[in-house]
Amino acid sequence: MLDADTIDLLNRIASQSTLGLINGAFYAILSMGLAVIFGMLNVINFTHGAQYMMGAFAAWLMLTELNIPFWAALVLSPLIVGLFGVVLEKLLLKRIYHLDHLYGFLLTFGLALVIEGLFQWRWGSSGAPYPSPISGGINLGYMYIPTYRGFVVVAALVICLATWYGIERTRLGGYLRAATENPTLVRAFGINVPRLITLTYGLGVALAALAGVLAAPIQQVSAVMGTNLVLTVFAVVVIGGMGSIMGSIVTGFGLGMLEGMTKVVYPPASNTVIFVVMAIVLLVKPAGLFGQTK
Amino acid sequence: MVEPLLKVEGLQAWYGESHILHGVGFEIGRGELVTLLGRNGAGKTTTLKSVLGIVTKRSGSVRFDGGETVGRPSDEIARLGLAYCPEERGIFSSLNVEENLLLPPQVKPGGMSLAEIYQLFPNLQERRRSQGTKLSGGEQQMLAIGRILRTGANLLLLDEPTEGLAPVIVQRIGEIIRQLKARGLTILLVEQNFHFAVAVADRHYIMEDGRIVDTMTAANVRQNLGKLQAHLGV
Amino acid sequence: MTGQRALGFGLLVAALLSPWFFYPVFLMTALCFALFACAFNLLLGYVGLMSFGHAMFFGVAGYCFGHVVKAWGMPPELGLLAGVAGAALLGAVTGALAIRRQGIYFAMITLAFAQMIYFICVQVPWTGGEDGLQGIARKPLLFGLVPTKDDRVLYYVVLAIFLFGYGAIYRFIHSPFGQVLKAIRDNEQRAVSLGYEADRYKLLAFVLSAGLAGLAGATKAMVLQFATLTDVSAGMSGEVVLMALVGGLGTIIGPVVGAFIIVTMQNYLASFGEFVLVIQGSIFVVIVMAFRKGLVGEISDRWKAWRSAG
Repeated sequence: MLDADTIDLLNRIASQSTLGLINGAFYAILSMGLAVIFGMLNVINFTHGAQYMMGAFAAWLMLTELNIPFWAALVLSPLIVGLFGVVLEKLLLKRIYHLDHLYGFLLTFGLALVIEGLFQWRWGSSGAPYPSPISGGINLGYMYIPTYRGFVVVAALVICLATWYGIERTRLGGYLRAATENPTLVRAFGINVPRLITLTYGLGVALAALAGVLAAPIQQVSAVMGTNLVLTVFAVVVIGGMGSIMGSIVTGFGLGMLEGMTKVVYPPASNTVIFVVMAIVLLVKPAGLFGQTK
Repeated sequence: MVEPLLKVEGLQAWYGESHILHGVGFEIGRGELVTLLGRNGAGKTTTLKSVLGIVTKRSGSVRFDGGETVGRPSDEIARLGLAYCPEERGIFSSLNVEENLLLPPQVKPGGMSLAEIYQLFPNLQERRRSQGTKLSGGEQQMLAIGRILRTGANLLLLDEPTEGLAPVIVQRIGEIIRQLKARGLTILLVEQNFHFAVAVADRHYIMEDGRIVDTMTAANVRQNLGKLQAHLGV
Repeated sequence: MTGQRALGFGLLVAALLSPWFFYPVFLMTALCFALFACAFNLLLGYVGLMSFGHAMFFGVAGYCFGHVVKAWGMPPELGLLAGVAGAALLGAVTGALAIRRQGIYFAMITLAFAQMIYFICVQVPWTGGEDGLQGIARKPLLFGLVPTKDDRVLYYVVLAIFLFGYGAIYRFIHSPFGQVLKAIRDNEQRAVSLGYEADRYKLLAFVLSAGLAGLAGATKAMVLQFATLTDVSAGMSGEVVLMALVGGLGTIIGPVVGAFIIVTMQNYLASFGEFVLVIQGSIFVVIVMAFRKGLVGEISDRWKAWRSAG
């Protein structure tokens, strides 16, 4: 028999892990995008957080300026931000692939500063609210969760699994996997690899923007909403290793839940727990949980 | 005179600063099976890679089917109807056998169907769900040859397909190459194993230090065996 | 080499005279950042590891200094020592973990650790949270012999600290130890096969770099009399990378030049507010795309080309 205190604790752990899944959803989508981009471009996309923010901002601007509803923005915003990514790739990124990885990191870091600086300059850094497109809540038995938040978790899962399917089970995904291994040979088979790289970057950026749109009704839409997030996602990527898509998904959701549980056990550590996990993983399995040394 | 399928003239190529090919010239007629023979480092592989545009720093002329290819990227050249089987085989570990087979896109009509390829290489069908790099060396070589047969390319560039393989598999590959020739495919074969080369080819070009130094036909190679062995240092 | 010696002598004279021509606090800040950038560059240029989290050493040392001097009422010498020791200790722990990966992963790991330290600094009580430690009194140095209330006097102290740090780096690079590090950077496997324990060398360089970054951070806290979250933030980690990049990665004087340029720029651009980020970001982009050798690297290339042509 469990006494009331234990039941209460279990309840709280269950509810916080459920809420943690929401953060985990964003970690999963963003770390997956980073891994896919890194595989093809050999660039750690520091701009990922800024592009996530752009996705949320695009949705917010569409709503406030043009009265375009959330559901349309969910499609339009990733499309627009993804196209922006394509332009960045064609204009800048593709000129530095032959250099050390660090230059890609520095370049995208600089781009992130430019983008976030411009948004702060134009709209300030205090956030703007975005109304939730779904009202009401669901009673899960151990907790009450706003329907929209439940939707985010499910939508993120669908997005992750669709991306996984696209990469692991389709023809285009096969090109992608092969080109990640040996771009020269894939190109010698008659596949336009540079276009494939551009497309990959565009898709990775669109994923970040999609996460941003999903986040808009939960968080305040602000120029700096992605600044700290991308740093946490780097830790997620180090923990999971960049070897596998499924690995990113599992690691992302798992760490989100762990963060939630930490809120119950020892609240002050909740925003550092992921970094502690990273330190432990580096000690035990430096290549990451799902990583191959590359 | 009929224009040859591939005509290479004055081909020079560089890896970074090092000058590898110093004016290579040769030609291959339609349906012919021609080899490039030579010692290690003579420039045979570089010649293949330059024909296909994988080595990008090159000059001279490479005409395929009458059209100039120097200056074009390798994906465009491949789509003219060239297919490449690299020396290191280039099997993708993140793809299974069937995905490896289906990877190269069809560039021309008239390629083999998947069923025909499996008929040619029954082992591959048995292992179609295995990870590509889990196959044995011989099977990987079959896969590397098999996957370019689907594309419909009419010129196959094969880089040392017999390297490191057991004699019975070398024999099997020899049979397959003859079958491919019988189907009307044109083949440029790079070989170290000159016994194998002599057994299958119509003509031979001998390379040394980034140049073609000699040429022989299947008919006169027997008489010139001593000269050939001197070239190859065997 | 006489040319270089003359240049060094000229720079030293300029450094000694400059507080009579420029605002000393500006010069001191620039010197602190110059030392910080040199410490960062030691790791990148001579070990081949790019840390994207060096602000943690810089910022934490500032807090150590402030706490020792303000809360414990101890002399500033001990504050500086505490800053260096705190940063070196943090460097030993994070470094031991980070050197388990290389290249881009190393950058991400150091960045992540710095972020963790940032979150900790926001939460623990002795950093003063969002406000930071303010009003750290300037106390005289060397048992009251050196009155630091005067900016010009303090300037010479800071110059001495900078020269000490710069000299330490110079000596380190040219020591047998530094030669081994270069060998590891150029070909780690070969160095390992020669019997060098690459990881120990890397860790020692990391700790030294962290300690010197700490010296810079503690000195800055002494000069400006405060320590805040800005100095531990990811933005600061990026800024030091920018300084080294502008001056020239891997050149020994480059980071100093870069630090002076960036600090000057920030002085002039302070009124632009958020637009400073845009300008900084653009500099990153332009340098990576077009001037990867930085100012000193480009100038010395031109100089060599001119010499060999003429």
